[in-house]
Amino acid sequence: MTEIDRATPDPDRIEDIWGARTPYGAGEVWPGRVDTFLPDGTTAADVDRWVPSACLLCSNGCGLDIAVRDGAMVGVRGRAEDRVNHGRLGPKGLFGWQGQLRDRLTEPLIRRNGRLQPASWEEAMTLITDRSRQLLEEKGPLSHGFYTSGQLMLEEYYTLAVIGKAGLGTPHMDGNTRLCTATAAAALKETFGADGQPGSYTDLDSCDAVFHFGHNVAETQTVLWARMLDRLAGPNPPAHVTVDPRRTAVARASTVHLPVRPGTNLALVNGLLREVISRGWIDHDYLDAHTVGFDELARTVEAYTPQHVADLCDVTVRDLQAAAEIFGTHERVVSTVLQGFYQAHQATAASVAVNNLHLVRGMLGRPGAGILQMNGQPTAQNNRECGADGDLPGFRNWNNPQHVQQLADLWDVDDSVIPHWAEPTHAMQIFRYVEQGSIGFLWVAGTNPAVSMPDLARIRRILAQDSVFLVVTDAYRTETTEFADVVLPAALWGEKTGTYTNVDRTVHLSEQAVAPPGQARSDLDIWVEYARRMGFRNRSGQPLPTWDTAEGAFDGWRDCSRGRPCDYSAMTYDQLRGRGIQWPCNDEHPDGTERIYTDHQFHTFDDDCETYGHDLATGAAVTPVEHRAVRYDGRARLKAAAWTPPPENPDGSYPLHLNTGRTVYQFHTRTKTGRAPELAAAAPDAWVELAPEDAAEHHIADGDLVRVESVRGHVEVPARCTGTKPGSVFLPFHYGTLDPSPSNGADAKDDVAEDSADPSTSERPHAANELTMTAWDPVSKQPTFKSGAVRITRVDQSPTRTREED
Amino acid sequence: MHLATYLGLLETGCSTLATSYRQVADGHRDEPDVATLCLRFAAECDQQKARMSPFVRTYGTHPDGEPERLHADGLAEARTGGLGLLRDLHDLYLLATNLDISWTMVGQAAKGDRNTDLDATVTRSAATTEAQLKWLTTRMKAAAPQALLVAD
Ligand code: SF4
Repeated sequence: MTEIDRATPDPDRIEDIWGARTPYGAGEVWPGRVDTFLPDGTTAADVDRWVPSACLLCSNGCGLDIAVRDGAMVGVRGRAEDRVNHGRLGPKGLFGWQGQLRDRLTEPLIRRNGRLQPASWEEAMTLITDRSRQLLEEKGPLSHGFYTSGQLMLEEYYTLAVIGKAGLGTPHMDGNTRLCTATAAAALKETFGADGQPGSYTDLDSCDAVFHFGHNVAETQTVLWARMLDRLAGPNPPAHVTVDPRRTAVARASTVHLPVRPGTNLALVNGLLREVISRGWIDHDYLDAHTVGFDELARTVEAYTPQHVADLCDVTVRDLQAAAEIFGTHERVVSTVLQGFYQAHQATAASVAVNNLHLVRGMLGRPGAGILQMNGQPTAQNNRECGADGDLPGFRNWNNPQHVQQLADLWDVDDSVIPHWAEPTHAMQIFRYVEQGSIGFLWVAGTNPAVSMPDLARIRRILAQDSVFLVVTDAYRTETTEFADVVLPAALWGEKTGTYTNVDRTVHLSEQAVAPPGQARSDLDIWVEYARRMGFRNRSGQPLPTWDTAEGAFDGWRDCSRGRPCDYSAMTYDQLRGRGIQWPCNDEHPDGTERIYTDHQFHTFDDDCETYGHDLATGAAVTPVEHRAVRYDGRARLKAAAWTPPPENPDGSYPLHLNTGRTVYQFHTRTKTGRAPELAAAAPDAWVELAPEDAAEHHIADGDLVRVESVRGHVEVPARCTGTKPGSVFLPFHYGTLDPSPSNGADAKDDVAEDSADPSTSERPHAANELTMTAWDPVSKQPTFKSGAVRITRVDQSPTRTREED
Repeated sequence: MHLATYLGLLETGCSTLATSYRQVADGHRDEPDVATLCLRFAAECDQQKARMSPFVRTYGTHPDGEPERLHADGLAEARTGGLGLLRDLHDLYLLATNLDISWTMVGQAAKGDRNTDLDATVTRSAATTEAQLKWLTTRMKAAAPQALLVAD
C-alpha cells in the first residue's frame, strides 16, 4: 500500500456534488451517466481487473466496479447497468475507498500493563475465549453483550445471530443501526406487521410528488438526489415538499418547505392527516378493505387543526395547507423519511403517521406511489433481517412460539436456548447493563461508540470500567479501541466477500477484490473462529454455525429466509454476480420483486407478523391475545398517537434547540472518509450552523470559534451563519477526538499504524455527542440525538473562514 | 350509599400512585425511559384525579368513614440497582392494579346509577391506567432476567 497524493478530483464530485443533469420525464427511464475515479494518473488500460461490487457508504448502495492493479485497489467506476445508480457515484462512493489504504490495523493488540501492544491471533483469541468461558460458567449467557455495526455484510450478521442466539443464548445483541435505522424498521413493523420497504427507487421515475420528512437527501444519498434533480429538470417535474428545520438544498428546491420546530414532527404530520381527512382526500373503499383503525386515527388527529399545528410547529397555516393539498390531490406520491424524524422526539409515532398518510389515500403498491423509510447504509437492512440487532432472523416474532420453533428446527437446537422471553436488549440498555456491571463481556465490532453514541462523557466512563472485558474488532485505531482489552484487526469492503441490501431491497454481491492488509481477517472468519474455540454445537453434535465461508452463510440464510417476507430462497451468488436483485426472490419470483404490497395484503396475520405491535406513546407491547382479538388478517394497522412535549426544552440557561446530522463528505466517525484526501480536505473539521439572527445576537460572525454547551458537555467549533431555523443550532456528528485526516502528519507517514503509538488527538472538543442526551424513542429505542437544549458563546474571533458546502 | 367511599379511594389512589411515580422517576434518573414515562404517568394520575372532582362534589368522599385497610401505601423511597428498579416497578404495578380495579367497581356503580358522565369519565381513566400497567409489564418482563440472574 502506498500513500495517495491528493488528486484533482475527476469527475469533481466535491464542488459539483450531484454532477451534470440528465433530465427525464415521468415514466421514462433515468438516463445513465458513468462516474469513474482513477487517481495518480492511472488509466483504464492500467487496470488488471474490475471487480463488481456496490458502494456501502449510504443506503443507496450504488453499483460499482472496483479497479484492481497488482493486487491493490486503484479506483472505482459506477455500473451503468445497475438499477440503483445507472452509473453515477457521489463524493463518498468515488473517493471514500482510498481511506482503506492507510493507517490500517494489521495485527491483534492486547492490553499489557495498561497499553495496547501487538499480539498473535492465538494469544488474542485465547484471552477472549478464556474470559468468555469463565463468565459463562460464573454468570451465564446474560453476562455477554455484542454491540456491532450497520456496516458489516449479511453473511456476518447472520453468522453472529446464530452464534448469539443458538450458541450463547444472549438477548444482548444490537448494532449501531439502533442509532440510525431502528425507527424505519419499527415504523414499518407497526403499520404493515413486518419490516420491508414497500416502495422502489423506480417510483421516483413516475411519481408526481415527493415528500421529504426530515430527510436531507441531497447530502445523505447524493445519487438519489441526482435522480430527483433530473426529474425536476425534465418535463412534468414532481412537486417537492420538505419538512426540515434547516433550509437544505432539498428545501430550496421544494414547492413547500415546512421549517418545523424541533420536537414537533408528530404534531405536524397529525395536522397533515387531519387536513387530508377533513378535506375529503381519502379513499374510503381502500380504508374499508385494507386497513383497521381509521375511526380511532381520525379521533386522535381531530385536535390538530391548522392553526393549532401552526402554533405548535412554528409553521404557517398557509404552508401547512398547501403541503396537505399536494399530498391530498396528487396521484402518485412518494414519501421519504430519515433522521429528522428517526432521531427526534416521538420518532416511531411520527414515522408511522407518514405511513398513515399513504394508507388513507391508498397511496402504495403501484408505480409512483411509495414509502421509503430510509436507512443509513445498504448494510443496515441486513442487520435487521438477520437478527444481529437482536430481532429473530427472517423477520420472525419473538413472541410467537412457532417462529421460535422454526429457528430451533433450522439450527437443530432446543428452543429454550433461543432468547425469546422479551424483546431483545437495545444498544442503550446494553450499555446500561455494562455500566451496572451485569454485562462483563462486551464485543464491539465495526463501530465507534466513543464518538457515535449520545452523552460521550458517560460512554467513555462505561467503556473504561474494570468490570467489563472489552473486545473491539475494527480496521483502524479509533476512540473506542483505546478502551479495549483486545483489539482484532478487521478486513474491510473489497477485502472480503459478502452481500448487502439497500433501502429498496436491492441485494448486491461484493466479491473479494484484494487481500486484507497484514493479518486482518473478516468479521465472519473471526466469529467462526470464536465459535469453534468455544465449542458451540447443535443437537446432532455438528459445529455451530455449520458453515465457515461467506457463501455457506448465504446459503444458510436462504434457508432461514424461505417463506418469510424477506425471502432470498431463490437467490444465489451466481445470479447476483454483476447485478442487483430485489427481495423477495423465491420460486414464484425468481427475478426478484420490484414492489411489495401490490395486492395490499400486509403481514398482519397473527401467525405471520413480525410483531404484534406496541403502544406508540409508551412502547408497551401488544399481547398475542389482544392482537388476535382485532383480527387484522392482512389489513394494515392504522395507529395514532397524540403529540407530547419533548423531555428537554430550551430555557433561560440553555435557550437553543440542538440538532445534529451528517455532512455530504463524511461517513460515520470518519475512520474511512477522514483518510480519503478529497473528502478530508472538503470537510476537515466540525462546525456549528447558526441562524443569522442568533449569530448576530451573540456577536458571532462566520468563522468565529464558538463554544456550544449543554448540561452534559461542550464543544468548540467554528461558526457558519446559515439558513437554519432561528432558535436552533446544527452540528455534524462525525468528528471525534482522533484526527484521521491525511494532513495529520503523525500517522500519515506510515501506511500501517504503529501499534504501540497512540493515535494523535485534536486539541478542541468537537464531537457533537458531547452534548446529546441519553434518551430514546419508546418503540424503536432509537436515541433522540436531535433534541436537547444548548447555549452558545463566542470564544475567539477567528480569521479562519470555513468553506461553504453548497 | 358507599359509592362515596370508593370515590375517596380513587382520589387517594391517584394521589398515591402519582407520588410513587415521581419518586421512581427521581430515584432512577439513570434509566431515562423509566424516568420520562413515570413523570408522564404521574401527570396522568393528576389529571385522573382532577376529572373526578365534580363527582366527588356530587357524591362526597366520606374520608372519615373509610376503613383504613382500603388504602394502599405508596413507595417509601426508591431503591437502587437492577433489582431495586424491578422491585420499584413491581410496587408501582401493584398500586396501579389497585387503582385499575377501583375504576372497574366505580364504573359498575355508575352504570347502576345511570350516571353516564361518571361512567364515561371512569372508562377514560381506566384506559389510561391500563396503558400504564401494560408498560410496567413490558418493562419488568425485559428487566427481570438480568436483575434476577446476573445483577450483583
Ligand atoms: S450515493 Fe451513497 S451509495 Fe451512492 S456513491 Fe454516494 S455514498 Fe455511495
